[in-house]
Amino acid sequence: MSAFAFYLFAICVVAGGFFTVISRNPVHSVLWLILAFLSSSGLFVLLGAEFVAMLMIVVYVGAVAVLFLFVVMMLDVDFAELKAEMAKYMPLALLIGVVILMQFVMAYGAWETNPAADGLRAQVTPVDKHNTEALGAILYDQYFLLFQLSGLILLVAMIGAIVLTLRHRTDVKRQDILAQIYRDPAKAMELKDVKPGEGL
Amino acid sequence: MTIGSDLNIILPEIVLSVFALFALVGAAYAGKDKLGPLLVWVTSALMAAVGVWIGMSGDGTNIAFNGMFVDDGFSRFAKVTILLSAAAVLLMSQEYMARRDLLRFEYPLLVALAAVGMMMMVSAGDLIALYMGLELQSLALYVVAALRRDSVKSTEAGLKYFVLGALSSGLLLYGASLVYGYSGTTLFSGIVQTAEHGQVSLGLLFGIVFLVAGLAFKVSAVPFHMWTPDVYEGSPTPITAFFATAPKVAAMGLFARVLFDAFDGAVADWSQIIALLSLLSMFLGAVAAIGQRNIKRLMAYSSIAHMGYALMGLASGTELGVQAMLIYMAIYVTMNVGTFAFILMMERDGAPVVDIDALNMYSKAEPGKALAMLVLLFSLAGVPPMLGFFGKLYVLRAAYEGGLAWLAVAGVVASVIGAFYYLRIVYYMYFGEEREALDRTNPPVLWGLLMISAVAMVVGIVNMFGVEGAAAAAAAVLVN
Repeated sequence: MSAFAFYLFAICVVAGGFFTVISRNPVHSVLWLILAFLSSSGLFVLLGAEFVAMLMIVVYVGAVAVLFLFVVMMLDVDFAELKAEMAKYMPLALLIGVVILMQFVMAYGAWETNPAADGLRAQVTPVDKHNTEALGAILYDQYFLLFQLSGLILLVAMIGAIVLTLRHRTDVKRQDILAQIYRDPAKAMELKDVKPGEGL
Repeated sequence: MTIGSDLNIILPEIVLSVFALFALVGAAYAGKDKLGPLLVWVTSALMAAVGVWIGMSGDGTNIAFNGMFVDDGFSRFAKVTILLSAAAVLLMSQEYMARRDLLRFEYPLLVALAAVGMMMMVSAGDLIALYMGLELQSLALYVVAALRRDSVKSTEAGLKYFVLGALSSGLLLYGASLVYGYSGTTLFSGIVQTAEHGQVSLGLLFGIVFLVAGLAFKVSAVPFHMWTPDVYEGSPTPITAFFATAPKVAAMGLFARVLFDAFDGAVADWSQIIALLSLLSMFLGAVAAIGQRNIKRLMAYSSIAHMGYALMGLASGTELGVQAMLIYMAIYVTMNVGTFAFILMMERDGAPVVDIDALNMYSKAEPGKALAMLVLLFSLAGVPPMLGFFGKLYVLRAAYEGGLAWLAVAGVVASVIGAFYYLRIVYYMYFGEEREALDRTNPPVLWGLLMISAVAMVVGIVNMFGVEGAAAAAAAVLVN
């Protein structure tokens, strides 16, 4: 049963990736990408990593893919032209792709792991705790430094986005609440005695 | 074990990042960009102070966070070089950036955070720590490359750097995953044990190749150098100066750290890859720079060639090689600080000039600066009495003694070819035909740094200011 599930998910991932690349309509590409994400989260469930599987759906499908969709719809990119550009390089790209593929086949064909590797890998996965708890224990304890560092990285990304895009425009009127509160009738209004037959 | 002792070991990094955080919040609430010039000075002073502090304090090897962070002689040498050069370059940039309205208060803080990333890189004891440090550094650099957001070239530089950098990070991560798949651990201390058992497996070798490719991008070694000239040309000049100094030291330090700490058992395998990268970088850097008239592009190719020489030290795979690499990087950074101080002073009517033709007969108008530049150019080319020559001599000797005599010979040939374009600038300055003169401004900071680095190139030949001994000690810690 689980073998069947594995092949189902695996085929869906590969097919999703393949159609993401070749489909003509960019919106379809994003939808295929979502299929690939969902199927890979299925693979994670099969591996016993439920938490990562849920993250995959929440973060990648929920946020990243939707963001892609927005970008694709909002940016005025001429995909047909891009594709035409791509076609020029296709033969070379195919050649390189085939060479790399052959190399991978060779590498994985002769794949062997270090005899101690399985033991080392198992060290960080305790059996008596469930997924989320185990991850939390490792993340905030053993990987404390790296956790903090990733916070710094995100901060830099945020500063970068602000520095590069925020513009203080001077030609727009902004709401100044303090000025609004301190307005009183004496300052805001002026009484004029308009004579009949004349304007102001 | 309590976390207190671990935190104590990474105190310099904590000080720098906490400063960046407080300064960020403080400046955002009070004054914004008005605080920019002040923050440049404060950040620069703090980085220099932390650099001196690291240099004076600490001995022996301290390991923190289960081996993910290694504080040893090697990392301290690299950190001092990184922090001092970053402080010098930041100081140089203040006047230039302020005059062009580029001095946002975030700029010095991004540089400080990049420095934290670089310090993490050279101290990394784990594949994940390596990647985290690298990303922290790179992300800050992408942003500062595009800081002049109204200029198409600067934006292009930032975008190009970002896209290619992301690609190289992908390669590096793929390599890291293969290495993890083979050895079952991301700790360098664990990987080195697995690589010691018998011969290196094909999968691990694959991992090493991808890792090296990712890192070679960061040091801009050929054939991963394409981004360098465009990014150097497009970024504001002080930021180009920054790119050419501290990040290179950090990336070379990380390179040495990974190769020796994690893959010590596979020296014969990676040494040939590094040797090829070194050979290609030296020749491409030397030949491609000949056609350049833009001094920033020229310095980009020059940095590619210099990285080739530094990699030659690594390729030898010996302690002497690492020592040579460290000395070479320290000298290279000093030369570049001076050279870029000179480039920053090249202005006509207040606008920067990057064409080397503008230097025609510069010696007549400014004999002092021309002489300083002459010394630096001779040193960059590796002409004997200057310090740059001794740096080259060291790596050549390391390569020769490491059994790479052919690489050493190639290095000499490439350096002779490369000397042409450095000496051509000297020719323009002293024997060219007179043209419209450049401005005769001498901002004290730039002038001072130019003179200090030029004097260091001459005086340094006496004892190299003790760098030799420090580098030897650092190399001995790394290679054992």
